This record gives sequence, C-alpha cells and structure tokens, in this order.
Amino acid sequence: MVRLITHNLLACHVRGCNSNNFPLQFQDVQIGLREAEFNPDFLRGFLPKIEWNALVGAARQLGDTSLPEEQPSMLDDDFLKTLHHVLLEIHVEEGAMVCPNCKHVYPISNGIPNMLLAEHEIG
Amino acid sequence: MIPTPDLSHLTRKDYEHVYEPAEDTFILLDALEQDAEYLRSVRPKICLEIGSGSGCVSSFLGTVLGGTCSLYLCTDINPHATQCTVRTGKQNKVELNAVLASFADPLNARLRGSVDVLLFNPPYVPTIGEEATEAQSSADIQGAWAGGEDGMQVTNRLLDMVESLLSSNGCFYLVAVKQNNVPGIQAKMLQEYGLHSEVVLHRRAGGEHLFVIKIFRGSSDQ
Ligand SMILES: C[S@@+](CC[C@H](N)C(=O)[O-])C[C@H]1O[C@@H](n2cnc3c(N)ncnc32)[C@H](O)[C@@H]1O
Ligand SMILES: [Zn+2]
Repeated sequence: MVRLITHNLLACHVRGCNSNNFPLQFQDVQIGLREAEFNPDFLRGFLPKIEWNALVGAARQLGDTSLPEEQPSMLDDDFLKTLHHVLLEIHVEEGAMVCPNCKHVYPISNGIPNMLLAEHEIG
Repeated sequence: MIPTPDLSHLTRKDYEHVYEPAEDTFILLDALEQDAEYLRSVRPKICLEIGSGSGCVSSFLGTVLGGTCSLYLCTDINPHATQCTVRTGKQNKVELNAVLASFADPLNARLRGSVDVLLFNPPYVPTIGEEATEAQSSADIQGAWAGGEDGMQVTNRLLDMVESLLSSNGCFYLVAVKQNNVPGIQAKMLQEYGLHSEVVLHRRAGGEHLFVIKIFRGSSDQ
C-alpha cells in the first residue's frame, strides 16, 4: 500500500537522476482511509527517519493539512495521533507518482507502486 | 511455537505465477523463530524483504515482532507476487507495504543505514546466465529460482548493497544452497564490506542442502 510512510522512503532512481529526485509528486490519486492501531512507541522511534518537509508536502497534496510546518519538539499524544493518521491511515490506491526532476511517472495500481524501470533507464 | 502464516487465501492459480512456500521458505521461518528473542530485543523500526513472493516470510516476521512495532517493506519484481504479499499480510493482520521493484532500488537512497532486518530468499538455483537474465526481465515464476552461474547472479547484486542498507545493529538473513559457496559468500562480505556472518541453520531437504546465513556488523557475539 502506498501510505505516506512508504512514500517518504521512495526516490526516483532513473539513471543519472540524482538530485531533486525526492519527494515524488502525487498525480491523479484515489485515496482510501483505513483505521490502524495506534502505537506511540513506534511513531517516536520512526520519527527521526522521516523527511519532515516531504511528509507535510505529500499530506497537503492529498488534502490533509493537519501537520504543522515545523516538526514539533514536544511529542505529545495529540501530535502523535495526528502523525499516526497521516503516516499510516491514508492509502493511495490508484494514480501515480512523478519525479520532480526527470518527470518519470511511477504508476500506482491496486495500492502498489510500480517502481520498475526499463533496462535503459536503470541507474 | 509461532504459527506458520495462514496462506489459505492463495490458490493454485496464484502459484502459477508466484513462488509457493517450500523448504527454503520454511528454513528461513525457522531461523527467524530461533532468533525471535534477539530480533525483538533489537526493536526493529524498518524491516525489508527482497523478493517477498507470497508474503509468507514477512507475515511471519510481523507476527514475531508485532504488526504495529515496525514498518514492513517488501519488494518483488513480479506483480503477481506483490499482490499476493499484500493479501497474505491482510490475512495475517500484518500490514505489508509491497513495492514493485528490483532489490531495494527506489529505497536505497532513503534507507541508507536504516534497515534493521533485511531478508532475502533469492533465486539460488544454478542455471546458465542467460536463463537468469531472461527470468529477471520476464519477472514471472522463473524469476523465483533461476540464479545463473553458481546460482549467484541475482544474490551477488544484493550482496553489494547490504552494507549501505543495514543500520548499526541491523542484520541480514540470506537463504543459500551449497552450490552458492557459502564460505565464499561469508569471505566476500568480510573482506569487501567488513561484515561478519554466521550460518544459523542448515539442513538437507528435497535434494538440496539449504543454509541460512546471518550477516551483521560488529563482533560475532551479537
Ligand atoms: C525463492 S522465491 C522466495 C519467495 C518468498 N520470499 C519465499 O520465501 O517463499 C524468490 C523471489 O524473489 C523474487 N525476485 C527475483 N529477482 C528479484 C529481484 N531482482 N528483486 C526483487 N525480487 C526478486 C522472485 O520474483 C520471487 O518472488
Ligand atoms: Zn527522476
């Protein structure tokens, strides 16, 4: 499933596309919301791995503006619940992700991103 | 005893295109079960399985660690496999995040030094090189076993990415057969990448001599 937690870890890997190749931009997406079990310990542990600006931008592209511009230093329950929803409960089911640099289009179908490249595009 | 994942939702039709769990799958499950306490103590945040096929192994790992305690990423080059991976995760109440990709290609940049548990049960059967190359590009059931020269054509490519992916206390479980030259794999990882390893399980099954090699940083008393 393309949830924002996964989106935050995907970069364009077309040969020679090494800068401005992250985050991928969503295009024509259909989303679904599905409840997930809240685990604050996991979120606290995962937070250092997140590119905050990429997450905020991606959430806005999906119409969710609940995250603050700056990553808060106080990780209270309210914040963690918001983060939980944005990272883990929004599923992109169909659509595509486009590289901001080389414009390569990675389709998403049935919730699975197709990140395969043709032989000549491989880096 | 940790139960083997429920695969009752998968049919003959699925197994026409997707690798059906077999002895090589089960030895990897047994290795994870044997290491369950250690794995929990690492408190993994990111688990990544390359070539997840049916999704059996990552579902099992999710059951060992707890479905909400880590992110489970799964790649496969075979679109039928990524679909089955997601379904098997659902069936076993573990959210498996499947990505259609070769190795960790689209994840390498962001996962540098971040993977706590890396898994690969590769196509390890020795074939002529061309057969493996073709199997890789057709991305169907042949890609599950065709391994090229010494059965190492596909595995060798991952071995060169492991050091960059593993977190400081991360570890990599790799399935191999005798023809893959297990001591050679271990020597390569130590000499070229300073990574230690040990054979955590081996057994003969169905005419194969199967091994699970655990590869990690630091000293062997980990
Ligand atoms: C022996 S099967 C193992 C499947 C499953 N993990 C299990 O243990 O039952 C090998 C899997 O690796 C996949 N595979 C082969 N080459 C790959 C590559 N370059 N990148 C990702 N997956 C690959 C195959 O499609 C197949 O699903
Ligand atoms: Zn690009």
